[in-house]
Amino acid sequence: MSNTSNAKREKGAGSKTASRAMDKVHASLRKRYRAEKRFRAYGLISVVVGILFLVVLMASILAKGYPAFRQTFITLDVYLDPGVIDPEGSRDAEVLRLADYNRLVRGSLQIIFPDASGRTERRKLVALVSNGAPFQIQGLVMEDPSLVGQTLTLEVPASGDLDMLMKGRIDRSLPESERRLSDLQIGWVDTLIEQGRIHKRWNKALMTRGDSRDPEMAGIWGAVKGSFYMLVVTLLLSFPIGVAAAVYLDEFAPRNRWTDLIEININNLAAVPSIVFGLLGLAVFLNFFGMPRSAPLVGGLVLAVMTLPTVIISSRAALTSVPPSIREAALGMGASKMQATFHHVVPLAIPGMLTGTIIGMARALGESAPLLMIGMVAFIVDVPQGFMDPATALPVQIYLWADSPERAFVERTSAAILVLLAFLIAMNALAIYLRRRFERRW
Amino acid sequence: MIKKSLTAAAVATLVMTGSVGAQSARDRIHIVGSSTVYPFATVVAENFGRSTSFKTPVIESTGSGGGLKLFCAGVGVEHPDVTNSSRRIKASEVELCASHGVNEIVEVKIGYDGIVMANDKKAPGYQLTRKDIFLALAKAVPNGAATGVDSMIANPYKTWKDVNPDLPDVKIEVLGPPPTSGTRDAFVELAMEGGCKSFEWIKALKKADKSAYKSVCHTVREDGAYIEAGENDNLIVQKLQANPNALGIFGFSFLDQNADKIKGNAIDGVIPTFDDIADGRYPVSRPLYFYVKAAHVGVIPGIPEYLAEFTSDKAWGPDGYLSDRGLIPMPETERGQFAKAAKSLQPLKLAAN
Repeated sequence: MSNTSNAKREKGAGSKTASRAMDKVHASLRKRYRAEKRFRAYGLISVVVGILFLVVLMASILAKGYPAFRQTFITLDVYLDPGVIDPEGSRDAEVLRLADYNRLVRGSLQIIFPDASGRTERRKLVALVSNGAPFQIQGLVMEDPSLVGQTLTLEVPASGDLDMLMKGRIDRSLPESERRLSDLQIGWVDTLIEQGRIHKRWNKALMTRGDSRDPEMAGIWGAVKGSFYMLVVTLLLSFPIGVAAAVYLDEFAPRNRWTDLIEININNLAAVPSIVFGLLGLAVFLNFFGMPRSAPLVGGLVLAVMTLPTVIISSRAALTSVPPSIREAALGMGASKMQATFHHVVPLAIPGMLTGTIIGMARALGESAPLLMIGMVAFIVDVPQGFMDPATALPVQIYLWADSPERAFVERTSAAILVLLAFLIAMNALAIYLRRRFERRW
Repeated sequence: MIKKSLTAAAVATLVMTGSVGAQSARDRIHIVGSSTVYPFATVVAENFGRSTSFKTPVIESTGSGGGLKLFCAGVGVEHPDVTNSSRRIKASEVELCASHGVNEIVEVKIGYDGIVMANDKKAPGYQLTRKDIFLALAKAVPNGAATGVDSMIANPYKTWKDVNPDLPDVKIEVLGPPPTSGTRDAFVELAMEGGCKSFEWIKALKKADKSAYKSVCHTVREDGAYIEAGENDNLIVQKLQANPNALGIFGFSFLDQNADKIKGNAIDGVIPTFDDIADGRYPVSRPLYFYVKAAHVGVIPGIPEYLAEFTSDKAWGPDGYLSDRGLIPMPETERGQFAKAAKSLQPLKLAAN
């Protein structure tokens, strides 16, 4: 029909009109192709810009952060003078604890640099070694009191300033008054380097210790454990409650105004700023229930409340994506509603629920605002040993270090960010793996 | 699934009851308060934790006002034992404390902190006076044109040269802390009010109408010349490097740590250095304090020992580790006086003013 009419038109109306129409088509075709090309270019540009920002961000964090994983150490021969540590020879733990280990460090430095004299010069000399060094010796002596009287060759951490010098973050060419280390100190450092007493090693403290005001002694282990305890509480509460709520709402609840209202509220809660949950935690968990400040338990509770909407929404999405034929088949075979749900629907939805939960947990791991209100933004040296011990979290540790005046904290801040990112990437990778491995497509 | 959620509910209740039980005992000191005192208090806490058998105190940085609010909320293990403050406790706060049963408060002054106006190392130096600072940053300034009439106009000054012909012809851009900060309070009180008082009629206003005087001297302009840069002083330092025309307001310890990047500007002819702040020659310096709840001594272990560590010469003395961190030590007599007060837990008595 159309063929004949087309043919007629071509013959009858003359080829002029047809070619004009075709010209129009061609012209607009070119225009349409151009539009498509342009759109593709826009898309490509936005992707490239996005990647560029990501690369710049990651590169700057990596460049700043990777030196922090290595730390400068000074090799010292420390004579554990019984006259200084324990003149009465009682070897009592309290005597050993309170001994003046600073003097031992000072003494061993003075053997290397006998010409450092006067109070200021000696202070400058001691400033090359970390404030943590005396406590390292204290730890060794308290562990094994029989060491007293021996001379140990120890690797003690260098001070943050010396560490910065070795990493090239202190410019030797600047005038003396503008440097954290004086000419005299740099001279000493050069002597130490010549004697082969300065080494850069894996920064074990960063991975094994709690917070400290001495950058060379500061570590993120306390914050990592605090985050871990919090996430355990968050997972234990938000997953079962969230899944139960989702299953009920999706499979059992009647459709009426009340369930609609609940649904809207859950969706709204997912968009509430996290600081609000912190205020809720302060009012309910701290002020009403009288729980202790700074405890990971409270942090976990607050984060659980915060992640619940995410878990419920993703669990419901997972349940809805299970085809109704599964339910119908189960019911048709005589299964009860409950059997159909728990034997057939929920197992099929579990991968999706887990994915949602892990993503919610990853978000909880990166939160610091709600923790501010419940006292977890704090200086805590001791690594927490349980759910009730005062603790901070990884993002909080990053925030606290970013605000510290000492130069050496700059790279440690970036290092902590790298660790946090590693955890987040691992969690998201787990979510993707679970989805790929177990998800069934219909 | 029902089993699981039941277990979860059981865990939750167990955990909650458990926590209420655990609340009755606290074995470490809990400190709150000023973010300016935080870098000093944390160093003391760490040394205290390492050199004694007590656990290291937990220190929250809540700001001076927030800290005193928490501190005054009551007596008992759930309330903090010590609060740091970058200003003196107010009479209203003492009353608040008393109304919650916190009667015996021990005041310990720990030293001084200079507030500096710094800019990028490569930028020209400013010779500021407190009057310049007031004229550059106040919301309303005395009407310069009609000197005979004592009236205020909205701050018209755009550049430093407008304020004082000796200053460079550079747009006024000052990065500083927000109103919640103790540093801001102290800066307003010491630098701006100091300059404000140099106008005779405003000084006279202090006696006549104190609140009008305060609003004249303490209100910072809001037209973009004063930029609230948040509580993070490191961030201000970075912004100063990026923008050589801007000046930044922060504590001396940040200048001390970043002397290779930024420089402090002279105020009333004195450049902020450690010695000049300690001597009191530099005009914008303020005392720092902490307050101890005497009722908690003997309940929470380690408070007297913590006070002893803080008030020892190896901590707050001229060669102590706090001066390495940028705290300006007090003269010896003052140190002795506060060390004694801390040792005997002498309760604070505010002079009626």
